[in-house]
Formats: sequence, C-alpha cells, structure tokens
Amino acid sequence: MTKSLYETLGGEAAVNAAVDIFYRKVLADQRINRFFESVDMDRQASKQKAFLTMVFGGPNNYTGKDMRTGHAHLVKMGLNDSHVDAVIENLGSTLKELGVKDAEIAKVAAIANSVRNDVLSR
Amino acid sequence: MPRLTFAAQVYESRENESVLECLTRQGVTVPHSCKSGVCQSCMMRAVRGAPPAEAQKGLRESQQEQGYFLACSCVPQVDMEVTLDAPELFLVPATVQSLVSISSKIARVRLRATQPIEYRPGQFVNVRRNDGLIRSYSLASVPQQDNYLELHVQRSPHGQMSSWIHDQLKEGDTVQVSTPRGECYYRPNALDQPLLFVGTGSGLAPLYGMIRDALRLGHRGPLWLFHGSRKREGLYLVNELRELADTHSNFNYVSCVSGEPGVDGYVSARADAAALQQHPDLKSWRVFLCGHPDMVKTAKRNVYLAGAALRDIQADAFLSAH
Repeated sequence: MTKSLYETLGGEAAVNAAVDIFYRKVLADQRINRFFESVDMDRQASKQKAFLTMVFGGPNNYTGKDMRTGHAHLVKMGLNDSHVDAVIENLGSTLKELGVKDAEIAKVAAIANSVRNDVLSR
Repeated sequence: MPRLTFAAQVYESRENESVLECLTRQGVTVPHSCKSGVCQSCMMRAVRGAPPAEAQKGLRESQQEQGYFLACSCVPQVDMEVTLDAPELFLVPATVQSLVSISSKIARVRLRATQPIEYRPGQFVNVRRNDGLIRSYSLASVPQQDNYLELHVQRSPHGQMSSWIHDQLKEGDTVQVSTPRGECYYRPNALDQPLLFVGTGSGLAPLYGMIRDALRLGHRGPLWLFHGSRKREGLYLVNELRELADTHSNFNYVSCVSGEPGVDGYVSARADAAALQQHPDLKSWRVFLCGHPDMVKTAKRNVYLAGAALRDIQADAFLSAH
C-alpha cells in the first residue's frame, strides 16, 4: 500500500514541527503579517496548525464554506492572490528547512492552491 | 439569539454577548474579576445546553465534563440553563502576617493561610475581600522556603482592591484566598536550558518566586532576569536580586528604567527591548513574561520571532480591573 502524503510527511509530529517555523516566517513577512496579527498568538498558532494539517493532506473538517467565512474579513482588508502566493512561498521554505523533498512540497502547494478561490471569496 | 435560564428566570442574550455580560446587564450578580478567562472567578455550570469550547479553556477535564464554564468567555450558541454552584472553587481564610511598602507603588503582603495550601511559585491566587471583591495576585513565595504566601500588590490609580490593600489592610486582618492556579511556574525538566525572565512592575512577583524555585531545584543553565519600570522608584527587591546574582553564578539580573535617561547601575531601556538586545537569538530558550499587558503582548511576539518556540513562552499579562 502506498503511504498518503500526510503519512509521508510524518503526520502530526511533522505538523507540530512545521507550525512553529511557518508561523514565525509568516509573522516576520512584511507582505502578509498584517493578516496574521491577532490578540492571541496561541489561538492563531492553532489555526496555522489546522491549516498545515489540511495542506499536508491530513484529517480535517474544512469545507469551502468555512474557508470563505473564515477569510471574509481578510478579503475586506485587501487579501488577494499575491498574499496567497506569499503564504505558499513561506510554506515551501518551511518544508525545505525540514528536509521535505521538492515533489512533496509541490503536492502540498497544490492542496493549498485548491482552496485559493474559497479563501479569496471568488 | 439564545436564551439563558438562571434561577428559573429567562434572560434574552444579545449578539456576541457573554453569559456574564448578559446576566449582569439584567441585574444578576455573578462573581467575576478579570473578564478575560484567566482568574476563573466567574465559573458557572451548564445544566442544559453545551458551552462552547472557548468557555472551558483552562478548566480541568473533570470540570469540563461536568459542564463548568467561564461566564466571561461564554457567548452562548444555543439556549442554556446555567447555575452558580461551583463547589470546587473553595476559599481558605488567610491572615495578614505583614504588610510593607517596598517601593512607592508596591506593597509586599505576606499571608498565613489557616490551612496548608499547595502551590508552585509563580501561580496565582484570587484574593477575596469580605464584601466579595475579587482580584488575582501571583505568588512570589516558595513553599519550601517561606512559611507565608507572598503577594506584591501594585497600586493602580482606580484600583479598588489595590487601594484598599495599600491604605486600609493591616496586620492581623483576614481575607479569603482561592486554590492557586495558573501555568506560569518553573518545571525542572530541562536543567540546562537557558531561561529568560522579563517583568514590569509587580510582574516581578511570579518571576521572583520562579527564579528562586529554579535555583532551589538545581537549575544549571543560565537564568536572566530583566525587570523594568518607567522610573527607578518603580523597581524593588533590587538589593535582594543583586545579592542572589552574587551568590549564584548562573543567575544574572538586569534592572531597566525606561523613562529616565542615564541612571547609574540601571540600563535605560524597556525591559523586553534590553533583553532582546542582549539575547537576539532565543532558539532553545524558555521565556517567562509577566506584567503590563502591552509589554507581554509585544514581547511574546518578539521573543517568538527571535526563535523561542511557542510552547516555551509562558506569558502572564497582569490585567487591571475595568
């Protein structure tokens, strides 16, 4: 049996390792950090964890509707394709840092891209 | 909008209104203090209708299963019937053993509880005045070394409890204290890990307790304390901390004054800025932040960006009453 992408990446342990690096990159990224400012960093980090679990192909309950309602206020703040690109770029460099192969990174990016239209309310 | 039933009365809630806001708006008295989901003095129980997970954050699993929740953090999603029976929130009478002004704004209060209280230095207790007013204070004492509970009470301009403690409370008086709570304490699971403590004002109280606890438990890694205040008179325990630094080679103490330039022996910067300037790379460090909410918020972000893992950042914002 072939392993799922989530298993190949290392499951929940991999998500936990990635979330600290990914969220730090995003917060330090002047292009997008204003969308990630939150009163409660721990809550923000747990959202990042849910996001990473999804793009790693892991178990999640996201629906297109959740994606729309969850990001509607950010779209009002001006969230657009360039910001989604920046997030995916940070995602890629996070995985590279963790030693993930390019082929897997591309699969993760593809999953992230599959929700782009929902995130941008299109 | 969901409806709340309390003591056989029905209360209509408004959009985004917490159970606490809804009930107090309509004249029901619910004990409360921080309104931020921290002090747990507004704990209620849902008899019918599940509270959202958000409202049970920080409660023990057994309490969550029994339907306990924090009224201040509970925006009801469904109709709920709620009660105020919180049998696990028990209070112990405590007598004021001493009360000393140790700086222009800080009173050091030492309490003797009428029965033994187990705690870790850095945790907090709720102090309840006889009329029901409640405020949370962190513990600066170390149970293995001190036979009292030590609190540092900073006078805040319109603080009902802090003014009362500073102006009226005296030796021999009695208050009630709750079971100690909170996650801000030293864990002896990584004795070589470098530790950074940043505090402003009476945020020193839990840090002072934790630092002494860590040294007592044989922490070997470096410990750095940056204590800050706008003015020098806002700093306290300066001699005690310098002495502690003299007797423990791995403990370093930096006192910071942000509102007065060039004071001898003090760094003129905010405590969090001074800490980051001296330690720009915090990868693998454990960080404790206590005091003014703005400092805690900014510093939490900055120490995280400097490499500290989120799980290694312990933040305790001292909220004043509103």
